[in-house]
Amino acid sequence: MLAQFLQFLFSGVTVGATYALAALGFTLIYNASHVINFAQGEFIMLGGMLAVFFTQAGLPLPVALLLAVLLPALVGVLVEKLAIEPVKGAPTVSLIIITIGASLVIRGLTQVWLGKGTHSLPAFSGDAPLALLGATLLPQSLWVLGVTALVVAALWGFFNHTLLGKAMLATSFNSLAAQLVGVHTGRVLFLSFAMSGALGALGGVLVTPITLTSYDVGIMLGLKGFVAAVVGGLGNGLGAVLGGLLVGVLEALGAGYVSSAYKDAIPFALILLMLFFMPQGLLGARNTERV
Amino acid sequence: MALLEVSELSIQFGGVKAVQAVSFSIDAGMIYAVIGPNGAGKTTLFNLITGVYAPTAGSIRLDGQPVHGLTPDRLAQRGVARTFQNLQVCMNMLAIENVMVGAHLRLDRSLFKAALRWPALRRADAALRDEAAELMRFVGLAQYLTARADSMPYGALKRLEIARALAMRPRLLFLDEPAAGLNPKETQEVDALVRRIADAGVTVVLVEHDMKMVMNLSERILVLDYGKKLAEGNRDEIRRNPDVIAAYLGAHA
Amino acid sequence: MTTSRYLPLGALAAGLLVLPWLLPNSFYLDLAIRMAINAIIVLGLNLLIGFAGQISLGHAGFLGLGAYASAVLPTHFGWPPLAAMLAGMALTGVLAALVARPIFRLKGHYLAMATLGLGIILNIVVRNEAQWTGGPDGMPVLPFEVAGLTLSRDWHWWWLVSALLLLSVWMAQNLMDSPFGRALRALHGSEVASRGVGVDVAGYKVAIFVLSAMFASLMGSITAHYVGFVTPNVADFFHSIELVTMVVIGGMASVYGSLLGAVLLTALPQLLATFEGWETVVFGAILMLCMIFLPKGLAPTLAARFGKGGQ
Ligand SMILES: Nc1ncnc2c1ncn2[C@@H]1O[C@H](COP(=O)(O)OP(=O)(O)OP(=O)(O)O)[C@@H](O)[C@H]1O
Ligand SMILES: [Mg+2]
Repeated sequence: MLAQFLQFLFSGVTVGATYALAALGFTLIYNASHVINFAQGEFIMLGGMLAVFFTQAGLPLPVALLLAVLLPALVGVLVEKLAIEPVKGAPTVSLIIITIGASLVIRGLTQVWLGKGTHSLPAFSGDAPLALLGATLLPQSLWVLGVTALVVAALWGFFNHTLLGKAMLATSFNSLAAQLVGVHTGRVLFLSFAMSGALGALGGVLVTPITLTSYDVGIMLGLKGFVAAVVGGLGNGLGAVLGGLLVGVLEALGAGYVSSAYKDAIPFALILLMLFFMPQGLLGARNTERV
Repeated sequence: MALLEVSELSIQFGGVKAVQAVSFSIDAGMIYAVIGPNGAGKTTLFNLITGVYAPTAGSIRLDGQPVHGLTPDRLAQRGVARTFQNLQVCMNMLAIENVMVGAHLRLDRSLFKAALRWPALRRADAALRDEAAELMRFVGLAQYLTARADSMPYGALKRLEIARALAMRPRLLFLDEPAAGLNPKETQEVDALVRRIADAGVTVVLVEHDMKMVMNLSERILVLDYGKKLAEGNRDEIRRNPDVIAAYLGAHA
Repeated sequence: MTTSRYLPLGALAAGLLVLPWLLPNSFYLDLAIRMAINAIIVLGLNLLIGFAGQISLGHAGFLGLGAYASAVLPTHFGWPPLAAMLAGMALTGVLAALVARPIFRLKGHYLAMATLGLGIILNIVVRNEAQWTGGPDGMPVLPFEVAGLTLSRDWHWWWLVSALLLLSVWMAQNLMDSPFGRALRALHGSEVASRGVGVDVAGYKVAIFVLSAMFASLMGSITAHYVGFVTPNVADFFHSIELVTMVVIGGMASVYGSLLGAVLLTALPQLLATFEGWETVVFGAILMLCMIFLPKGLAPTLAARFGKGGQ
């Protein structure tokens, strides 16, 4: 009983960490620009696919992984420069369509370049499962959780203790005021996309040894990251992390105890319930609209 | 009985006490002004009375009936209309359609009749279009009868809001800084317009920073400062009130 | 929007009337029918997105609900197709209303999230309940038959769809130039102002959402009968996006823009077929370029360019 529960919990927390990274990506971009970046999932896909490509090309694992995280960050910057910046102030629907367009381009190019096959990546430190209270835990899961925890801590430090981080926070609260006190909001936007790209890709790189990857895994992962961000309270970083873990765990428990066929529906059922009963999310601020 | 009675009205946003225990009453048919320095809580007071915000404490009575906590659309049904300090014009519509929307509650809003171009509904709509045009002329927008709202200058949009509010045939009209951002000539025109609206029998509550206009138009004046009622009275009482001079007129001199 | 609007409507009618004789073969007639069907769906969606300013990223889910009602009820339960179609609409209406009430208190992205979630759940249900729906492979749909008459030939469908299209254009224009439609457009322009003049904003949003969803369901049923087969793809996220894209590229709040958007995006995959393997890339690039360079959509941009018309 307990062992089975733990087993579901482990796998839930592991995928949940990926959702959390994606949700953080959504949150960063949302805070900088109020854009929901539907291409976020493609960063996850790119991370995994590039890691596969570079390792197969014979690069040493650390170099391959680093490149697989940096290149998507560059892609994020390109998306921002080419597609988001030119349409500042466009209505929400148009922005959604632009980012969806970007996601199609990224997915399409990956498919043309690396094909439609499913790929795997060797685990970073072996496959021998660790036994824990009757359940087993993959060493890769520890990698996923450990690195995610580190990244979250680093981001926390960045936003609370560096000038640049504080400038980014200020922009999210009031972009005009931030501009007036000298924050370069264009640079904030740029940085947000780069960081989102890297965060998404990192999630992809970490989880691919467990889940496999292909050119089309981005949509679902991205949408679930979006769910996680909304569950946590759109715009709240800590909320995004909690939301990601919650979505991952509920999905794993649901798949284990209720129905594995409906696994993918669980996050979306969760979000609907959430929007009905707790529309501001776990940690989202309640605010009155000014007139 | 007073048309509008406000007592001990308060609202708080986080730590900001934007309106604190404000009481006053307005008789039907008068022009009543609310003045005070920036951030005094004038707009917030309007938002409370017109249902945009729900008060944290206090009561609002219209004709003796409690109306606090009612939503703006319910208050509209009771004849409360307003304009906005920050323009709230529907830029996706024609100017005249903005005015026609003001008559929303008086119209047959049936979906099916609308889709089928029901003759009675069409006739009512045509009549409304004429009425809206008439209102636009009344507020001085005769030249914009066929204009799109997003092609009009600021001063004209301010009046468009007034025309829309008048299309409701309100009993009580709240004007939030109708002359803000207007040049002296336009200000004078708005001054005259407010007078004509009041003469037509509408009770007007006015927030305005232009002291000449306030003193010229209003029978009674409420002065707010830091969310609190500083003074209330007729023009002369307000002009002479040392607190008002110190807190408000002083600050502006 | 007065008598002059009958001119474009007449032109559209004339065009629909002569088109079948201009088309070289049945392949093009089939394409034209699918364009017209999409045009009607997009028109309904544009009422919601363009006129009322509310986003739906799950509209394909409603389309799927209608399509599967028309597939499942006659096949497994022997319902007459018309009854199945109406049942699909009713079910969609109830579901949309249930979801809409709480959701329309929310704005922008939350609405997008909720509609997206609903669409995805509907799609997953259809994929999983294989004993009823055929699962991922889909299932055949019985022909549409009412009062002993069966719609079988393509040109039957063409007349039916053309008539529906004309009716929809006429009704959409009537609606938007009425107190109901003005209230919808007004709440798009300013919710505070609309409330202030007495518009029950939430009520109107729910009404147009339900209407637009039921409309999608109806068209889903019609598509299913026309094609004779239905797969879960009708209800998937990508199809929802395609529909929204048709609205935006044609022109938000533009009736004829809806038709233009539907025609272009229905034709696009045929054109893209020549880009073997690169379809997705080219499609994505076109979406982005359109939004960047024609943010208002085609019809309004063209209308501004060549004088009046457009609406
Ligand atoms: N929705 C809100 N949330 C938080 N604070 C608010 C809100 N609305 C108003 N306030 C605060 O309440 C106070 C009063 O604001 P209000 O807009 O009522 O002032 P005002 O008298 O209309 O000023 P002005 O003359 O500049 O228009 C201000 O400190 C303002 O920041
Ligand atoms: Mg104010």
